[in-house]
Amino acid sequence: MMYKVNHGGWLVMFLASLLLAPLLYGIINKVKAFFAGRRGPRLLQVYYDIIKLSRKAGIFSRTTSGVLQLAPIVSLVAVLMAMLFIPAGLFRSPLAFAGDVIFFCYLLGLSRMLTILAAMDTGSSFAGMGSSREAHFSMLAEAVLFAIIIFLAIVARSICLSNLLSALSLVTPGISSPAILLVAGAFFVVILLENCRLPFDDPETHLELTMIHEAMILDYAGPELGMIHYTASLKLWSFCSLLALLILPERVGGTLTGVLVYLTLIMAFAAAIGVVESIMARYRFLKVPHLVIGSLAAVLTAVSLLIFF
Amino acid sequence: MTMNTSFLSLPNGAAAPIADLPVLPFEEFRTQLIHAVGKDGLRVSSFFAIPALDRPGDFELIAVLADDNAHLLRLAASRIANSYPALSADCPAFHWFEREITENTGLVCENHPWPKPIRFIRPKSGANEVLPGVTDYLQIEDEAAHEVAVGPVHAGVIEPGHFRFQCLGEEVIFLEISLGYQHRGIEKMLVGGPDVRSAHFMECVAGDSSIASAWCYSRLLAALSPTYQASPAAELWRGIALEFERSANHTGDLGALAGDVAFLPTQSYCGRLRGEYLNMTAALCGNRFGRGYVLPGGLRYLADSKKIAELQSWRKRTYAEVRNALDLFFNTPSVLDRFEATGVLTPADAAAVGIVGIAGRASGLNNDIRVSHPYGPYADRPLPVCVEGSGDALARAKVRSRELDASNQWLDEALAAADALSADEQMSALSSQHAPAESLAPSMIAVSLQETWRGELCHVALTDSHGRFRHYKIVDPSFHNWYGLALALRGEQISHFPICNKSFNLSYCGHDL
Repeated sequence: MMYKVNHGGWLVMFLASLLLAPLLYGIINKVKAFFAGRRGPRLLQVYYDIIKLSRKAGIFSRTTSGVLQLAPIVSLVAVLMAMLFIPAGLFRSPLAFAGDVIFFCYLLGLSRMLTILAAMDTGSSFAGMGSSREAHFSMLAEAVLFAIIIFLAIVARSICLSNLLSALSLVTPGISSPAILLVAGAFFVVILLENCRLPFDDPETHLELTMIHEAMILDYAGPELGMIHYTASLKLWSFCSLLALLILPERVGGTLTGVLVYLTLIMAFAAAIGVVESIMARYRFLKVPHLVIGSLAAVLTAVSLLIFF
Repeated sequence: MTMNTSFLSLPNGAAAPIADLPVLPFEEFRTQLIHAVGKDGLRVSSFFAIPALDRPGDFELIAVLADDNAHLLRLAASRIANSYPALSADCPAFHWFEREITENTGLVCENHPWPKPIRFIRPKSGANEVLPGVTDYLQIEDEAAHEVAVGPVHAGVIEPGHFRFQCLGEEVIFLEISLGYQHRGIEKMLVGGPDVRSAHFMECVAGDSSIASAWCYSRLLAALSPTYQASPAAELWRGIALEFERSANHTGDLGALAGDVAFLPTQSYCGRLRGEYLNMTAALCGNRFGRGYVLPGGLRYLADSKKIAELQSWRKRTYAEVRNALDLFFNTPSVLDRFEATGVLTPADAAAVGIVGIAGRASGLNNDIRVSHPYGPYADRPLPVCVEGSGDALARAKVRSRELDASNQWLDEALAAADALSADEQMSALSSQHAPAESLAPSMIAVSLQETWRGELCHVALTDSHGRFRHYKIVDPSFHNWYGLALALRGEQISHFPICNKSFNLSYCGHDL
């Protein structure tokens, strides 16, 4: 019931995550381009964009305080720290400790808080609207995330991320599989919401009045913007990787097979996001809570299935 | 009807001596207009003031009302000086027109509910510089309220305009639209014409309605001089070009609406298919927006039967693809959910402020100039009027979709009819009027209406004693409808503004002139 302990392997996978994360956006964009009948940007375009931005000089509004400049760095570091606790590639995280899942969630929370503060720092009405929406929706998302953690904690009898994720898979004996499907489905919704994807947010829009995350980062340019893009891709990678670990058993064939299945699954989730974004329209804001609270209900149903059956 | 004596009645695209225009005492003028618009359901097509010729400081107010049931235009005039009691106070349809009158002439409209310039043209006195958008906006004095300013520079490639939202959280309490950035003084430049530039000015009134605008002008000239009379073949081809223009814009708008809700397939396909319709226009005249195709007196280019056959099959192919992309749009629940009950403009509001075109028909107003004041090829081949009742963004999308169907059907027949024309008839469509020759009939007033893809376009011209334009008044459909957009936003979510704006898709330059 435990992931393999292989610190060397874990470190390789951690570094690979840092390298591969922006590729997910490339995959999403390629899938969307396919549905739109276009060729779309190159698979590695996000890398080129980040490199291009990192070579520019930053520029900041004179009306802002230091928060605007500080936020991207804190945000990036927080997400990087959170990733240290992910049992990447089915290897137990060397830093795992009891309760690290709470730390994980609040590191992500810290990253978001800084982004919101920075947005309000600009004093722009667009950024203000974006922050208010972000705060509102992420509050709802957090409820779903913690319900999922409760579900996993009941199964694993632990609140350590590496234990939580290894305790369960789609085919765990003794756990009703509808419950696992409900949890996995709800987690996919959380991925979409946390990463500002359709149907919650439209990362491609140029319409400031409809933006959530994009409205908050309108005032960034150059390396800071590149950092924000990179942080976003790390976050997407982390969430996809959690879902992959959630539905995979603790051992999949040999070490290499396990790693390959894990990586393939992460890419497959990115492709699934691309498909979702290609076949449906974005929700109106008033409908967003319906979907999120629906996901919460799904997880709570799963919890009761777990307790009563 | 009682109006017969007070009004001069003209069919669409006709002229009459200015002497025949009844000049009423102002009180009677005011009562008659308010009665005709408020009670009899006539629409204000144009309402403007021009300096009187005989006494400096005096103005003539001229009203052009559209009587859709009688298929006629009713004109009346009155003399005023300095100020007059505003008609808007009793009839909101005059609201925007009277603000324009004050701005252009300095006349004071007493008791006008909101006497503010609409374009911020620099006053003649030049005392204070007036800049578009620099004004006191209506504000909510409340700690919970916040203000959002958008534009004049927008994130997309669109024209400049400033939008000021007063919000409580996500809800828009009030939207004020401030235009004027695109003012070029077209009406003023037309005075003394027609000259070689006039037709080109017309095509620039609103670039996406070049054909409609040039045709409207050509029909107005035809009413003022037999030299500019166009043959039925020319009129038929102008109709074909106009329906291509309509199809291109409707397709593009529906694609853009899909884009605003991030519905990828329809956005991508319609974006490309709009180009197909533009290219069909280019096949007719070498310009994708039809610039230079419609000339006073006829057309600049002819199409042979080989080209007609090519256009027919091209149109069929394109329409099938458009239909496909739109069926996807109208059958996807998440798309419908975004548009349904979004940006509702009630039929009562739409009628009260005089909304025209697509937006009007979406709010249940049965008005389409092609049917109510038929002209040229539309008189021979009537089209259905596509009316929806709900007044929301979905209704505006549906009207566009149904009009695409109707245009396609009409084009099918019209292109067949064009193919059946004899060689002589074809040749008669050609215009020799590259430069305007002689003067027009002197001291006349002429009116011409067109249904552009957006809605009613009204041109009114008055000629002087030498047969030159003494005054030229253009009322673009956007002039009627901008205020409708502001009304549709009240109580709406601010995040729905892009959808509402796109569903009206009004022209900034057409309004600003």
